[in-house]
Amino acid sequence: MILDAIDRALIAATQEGLPFRPRPYAAIAERIGIPETEVRRRLGRMLECGIIRRIGAVPNHYRLGYRANGMSVWDVADEETDRLGREIGALPFVSHCYRRPRHPPDWPYNLFAMVHGRDRAEVESKVAEIARLLGEAARGYEILYSLRILKKTGLRTRFAGEKTSCSA
Amino acid sequence: MERQFSDLEKRLLDGCQRDFPLHPRPFAVIAERFGVTEETVIDTLAELQAAGIVGRIGAVLEPHTAGYSTLAAMQVPAPLLPQIAAFVSAHPEVTHNYEREHRLNLWFVIAAPSRARVAAVIADIEYRTGLAVLDLPLLEAFHLDLGFPLQWN
Repeated sequence: MILDAIDRALIAATQEGLPFRPRPYAAIAERIGIPETEVRRRLGRMLECGIIRRIGAVPNHYRLGYRANGMSVWDVADEETDRLGREIGALPFVSHCYRRPRHPPDWPYNLFAMVHGRDRAEVESKVAEIARLLGEAARGYEILYSLRILKKTGLRTRFAGEKTSCSA
Repeated sequence: MERQFSDLEKRLLDGCQRDFPLHPRPFAVIAERFGVTEETVIDTLAELQAAGIVGRIGAVLEPHTAGYSTLAAMQVPAPLLPQIAAFVSAHPEVTHNYEREHRLNLWFVIAAPSRARVAAVIADIEYRTGLAVLDLPLLEAFHLDLGFPLQWN
């Protein structure tokens, strides 16, 4: 699937959030100048092909009482990373889990798992579960706690019209 | 003091993180499911948003399909942190910026329509601050991203 200019306008419009009105899709349709049915059809298609992961409320963990945010970073044997990454990504308390490049010697870590807890002790007990799951495959890890949120916005992207492919 | 949530608020927070109805009147669909009025659903969600508990109701995108992004980290000397953090945040391509407790104390996400634009933002930050930026683009995402399960005590 190739995203066209209307898909991109639609993505940009939904990044700011759906309006709290009885007909939110109609409001977006009016803003970008297409019929309301077209808004829903296009969103459904982008969901189906995975460009949109989900449509829903994005909660603020901190305001919900999850005051401790620990980014756990792991040095995992390369050949084990895919299998173990999937297991860690499926843990209910891991909100994000990514493989990222190492930058040795400064940065030996290749697996990131974001853990939220009500306090640091809760984060640490969850990280201990990850450590058990990784076992010998993990050669080292750290937890980087967030001290301050300095900026947090939805995606603000001016799309330049580059092509996007989707296999679905 | 921690905010107390009503049963409806809890059910909305748990139930609205995914599968938001692609129906002309989505709030009415949710209202029917929970046995309340459409107006009550809209008012309650708007109130949760005004209180900063819900950021927005919108589409969560799969990374790198509608653009390119990276996670970047910097080691900033403590006295310079407020100034450099503000400079980094001032870039419209920087969507998230966190101070973290680590030698690498500034962590931010750069998102732009193209990989070249992301590289240009990193180059600008390195040039203007004289500090190195660690570029950690995602290579693979393993989480399912079905929303965040909340534990109500």
